[in-house]
Amino acid sequence: MNTQAENTTGTRLGREELAALVAADIKAGSFVNLGIGQPTLVSNYLRPEQAVTLHTENGMLGMGPEAHGDEIDPDLINAGKIPVTEMPGASYFHHADSFAMMRGGHLDVCVLGAFQVSATGDLANWHTGAPDAIPAVGGAMDLATGAKEVYVMMGLFAKDGSSKLVEACTYPLTGVGCVTRIYTNDAVFLITADGVRVRETFGTTLAELRERIPVPLEMAAVG
Amino acid sequence: MPTIASSAAEAVAGIRDNSTVLIGGFGNAGQPMELIDALLECGATGLTVVNNNAGQADAGLALLIKERRVRKIICSFPRQSDSWHFDAAYRAGEIELELVPQGNLAERIRAAGAGIGGFFTPTGYGTMLAEGKETRIIDGRGHVFETPIHADYALVKAHIADRAGNLLYRKTARNFGPIMAAAATASIVQVGTIVDTGALDPENIVTPGIYVNTIVQIGAGAPAEHEAQQ
Repeated sequence: MNTQAENTTGTRLGREELAALVAADIKAGSFVNLGIGQPTLVSNYLRPEQAVTLHTENGMLGMGPEAHGDEIDPDLINAGKIPVTEMPGASYFHHADSFAMMRGGHLDVCVLGAFQVSATGDLANWHTGAPDAIPAVGGAMDLATGAKEVYVMMGLFAKDGSSKLVEACTYPLTGVGCVTRIYTNDAVFLITADGVRVRETFGTTLAELRERIPVPLEMAAVG
Repeated sequence: MPTIASSAAEAVAGIRDNSTVLIGGFGNAGQPMELIDALLECGATGLTVVNNNAGQADAGLALLIKERRVRKIICSFPRQSDSWHFDAAYRAGEIELELVPQGNLAERIRAAGAGIGGFFTPTGYGTMLAEGKETRIIDGRGHVFETPIHADYALVKAHIADRAGNLLYRKTARNFGPIMAAAATASIVQVGTIVDTGALDPENIVTPGIYVNTIVQIGAGAPAEHEAQQ
């Protein structure tokens, strides 16, 4: 498959294909935190030979797949409070250590969902700002701020058709200038110091994206 | 040396109205359910509670909130599908919420136990949760000043204690236990098993007994295959 290019003959990526693409992009040997929701799907596509170690911010490295049946242990859950399993070489630690690990830049990649991402990598994913909404932040701000690379997985367009890649976020921010890549069903975007670059498209063209996204877009240099 | 209480009720009997209470647990893992139930029974009110969440379903912390014993909650993630008692109290204006990013919450608790007067952290910088707080650019990056969270009491669930108060935890139930035990004036710990002093390998102790004031053994808190000195 031709990456770093317009792919107008193919179709939009499905949810699972997108998860597989993110998984394939994670470098072997990485320490990775997968956010709750869509990012969790990425774990299904990590290959054993990638030797990726999963972190869960409630206090574990070496998290294994979701637990079923007799494997379920109420003392062993992930950040989404789902029962999970442990991999060989797993370790447990308290919350302050877990977030120090994150804030201290020791995690290679964190994959998060988003409401909006700005052209400079500002992230909004924790609060709609609606006056009657009860705010809840959890570890979202810590994850956005701490990891070396922050990948966002999201639909490119909101239900009303508006772009979720924006010039400036209108939802309350989670972090400033923290996102490095955006994986969507239509295209992969790189946030660079020179602006937003399109790494590849799926069933669409740069010209079509430019019509719908209010941010200057260029194709990424190949190579 | 810690006191060994004969019941959860005895363990929490000293908790006064208007106290600040750290309550361990992330979801149900590590939540000291029996101590929370005893706190509800003892009638203390006007409490400031620090927990990652704001109670789930109809148990534990959720019931303390339902009974309006909690004046203020400091937490990172109050809103959940089953946080209806918090939601009702919050919408009625009957509970104060201080929302803190989870890592800042943990570090503020750790700072209290470690005698740190505050710290600058990049987490939250440029967001509404940093509004009104002191900021500083350090090495080109924005930081927010956060203060320690001291408490009168900590309610913690551990796996095994010895009579000297040394604690072992189990898997992700460790979560806030070690930092909360250190941050409170008096730490009250429920465990599944109390063993004799000397029965635990000193190399494996997670929370040293210096941080523990009261221990109470509650039922069989641990699956049978996980005995002391596993």
